Amino acid sequence: MTETSKPAPGMNRRGFLKAGLAAGGAAAFGGAAGAAESDPLITQVQDWNRYLGAGVQAAPYGVPSAHEAHVVRRDVEWLTASTESSVNFTPLHALDGIITPNGLCFERHHGGVADIAPADHRLMINGLVDKPLVFTMADLMRFPRENRVYFLECAANSGMEWRGAQLNGCQYTHGMVHCVMYTGVSLKTLLNEARIKTNGKWVLAEGADAAAMTRSIPMEKALDDCIVAFKMNGEALRPEQGYPLRLCVPGWEGNMWVKWLRRLEVGDEPWQQREETSKYTDLLANGKARRFTWVMDPKSVITSPSPQMPITHGKGPLVISGLAWSGNGRIKRVDVSIDGGRNWTTARIDGPSLPKALHRFYLDIDWDGSDLLLQSRALDEHGFYQPTKNALRAERGENSIYHNNSIQTWHVKEDGRVENVEVS
Amino acid sequence: MSKFLKSLIVFSALGFAVPAMAGDGEKFGLGRTATPEEVAAWDIDVRPDGLGLPEGHGTVAEGEVLFTDNCAACHGDFGEGVGRWPVLAGGQGTLKDDRPEKTVGSYWPYLSTVYDYVRRAMPFGNARSMTNDEIYALTAYILYLNDIVTDEDFELSKENFTSIHLPNEANFIEDGRAEEPFNETKAEPCMSNCKDSAVEITMRARILDVTPGRADDEGAGAGSVD
Repeated sequence: MTETSKPAPGMNRRGFLKAGLAAGGAAAFGGAAGAAESDPLITQVQDWNRYLGAGVQAAPYGVPSAHEAHVVRRDVEWLTASTESSVNFTPLHALDGIITPNGLCFERHHGGVADIAPADHRLMINGLVDKPLVFTMADLMRFPRENRVYFLECAANSGMEWRGAQLNGCQYTHGMVHCVMYTGVSLKTLLNEARIKTNGKWVLAEGADAAAMTRSIPMEKALDDCIVAFKMNGEALRPEQGYPLRLCVPGWEGNMWVKWLRRLEVGDEPWQQREETSKYTDLLANGKARRFTWVMDPKSVITSPSPQMPITHGKGPLVISGLAWSGNGRIKRVDVSIDGGRNWTTARIDGPSLPKALHRFYLDIDWDGSDLLLQSRALDEHGFYQPTKNALRAERGENSIYHNNSIQTWHVKEDGRVENVEVS
Repeated sequence: MSKFLKSLIVFSALGFAVPAMAGDGEKFGLGRTATPEEVAAWDIDVRPDGLGLPEGHGTVAEGEVLFTDNCAACHGDFGEGVGRWPVLAGGQGTLKDDRPEKTVGSYWPYLSTVYDYVRRAMPFGNARSMTNDEIYALTAYILYLNDIVTDEDFELSKENFTSIHLPNEANFIEDGRAEEPFNETKAEPCMSNCKDSAVEITMRARILDVTPGRADDEGAGAGSVD
């Protein structure tokens, strides 16, 4: 570490100072196999070793350590007109494994967070069905349940990077994704209960929030793997994730995962709602716009090192860690480049490899302290892989907003700081 | 025989029914029939073919008053948008530009979406507060702001609604990602010596750094999550 006085871009000062102290501590007290002075943290009795800590029930619903207070969702104020119709970002840089903690899953609302008592919530099925139905939450708890781990990615994730690198931090460039285990009832089970008429080809999902969010879903997908979920990671859905009920549309853009789900309508044509016409359509350079671009393409990002996670330990062993996912299914392989995409090494995937879920990859290297141009490239089990930024722009231009799954580059400098860059 | 099976047999002999296992397509008999009033209260969606349009009508002139009172604070008096609130009018011919302006007149494919969306979600923060006639009037005014109708006396109604088409309808196409070169070929990606010359940095985030929390946090970046 050559400098400790200035915070790295995208990292708050406190976090940087803490990181610097940690690095200094390692250097002074036993880093890199050298003979070291004795560490007072060992030779002197510490407070936590002498005095009693908090008792049980000090935090009836546990919260993270106070030392992790910087690991929070963050928003980008200039991006939207109001916080009620806005988005914030998962702190991917600070997380590991494949499961996102519930309190850190990014939020996207179009009319604020609806506050609904479960006893007041209803789910209606109507339209082209033999019998329009209304379920209470208690009714839904009596259907057979499924547990499935899925990523949810906003179609606009990385949307601010179409024109070029502008945000320093994977939280901002890639943080509109999370991955949790859902518990719920298959959508197919519920639709069967109302019995779909033979001309029922589409399902409209509708939320109970102030945006009454709606999306048209083709029947083939509705009957395939969609879930009407009431739990995430074992506990009730968080309010901001649709409590008490949301739709899961695995592998497809997050906007379709309607929160506060109150109605499912069966029809013979799509409804062409606002979120599938004026929004969530991909404007190309030729002025045409693609619609119904549902699947999330294979994608990956190195979460550490990254602009918010500079290298603070100097040269030597370095864990390069990241996430990969594909709406098509499982990730087959992730390749990592340290020279800007000239040469690639296949990374190690560790942890479960589940279809349409985040995958955690690592590349363990011996860093020589020189500049790196870090990239990762995901390949899914169907043979689809990530394009370069320039290849994607060549096909679509710069105005698509959505479905930017191109390869990200981080420039790691000799002092360990990391910047979001683009390369030739 | 397992203890479990034995106990099942004992229970059966005593007259307890083993619960039926529900299979594929089987019904559970849960929930109740929705009443017509309930369906009517929630099923307010409108399709491009007019399915779902309620009875009613409203004129451009009526819509202008409603717009000024209920919409202009965010969308501007002429639909030009205030701050980052959505622009509703103008932008025709800009879709190939560096900064396209996507409005009802320049981008939206169907008028039914305007009626549907205003009825379900507008005014922002006071949804479902307007009558069906008022929404016809507002929709008519948005057409007027976009020069799609030019007469202030024009009245939009359930009857003439589907005769109006928005200019950009034909420019919407199906998902073509599968035909893009990197998706179509599915070629095994290159692993070594993939670039002829040394890799150069062509752009740095710090040039237009708009990351929250940086020292000078005033700037606004480009882009949108819509």
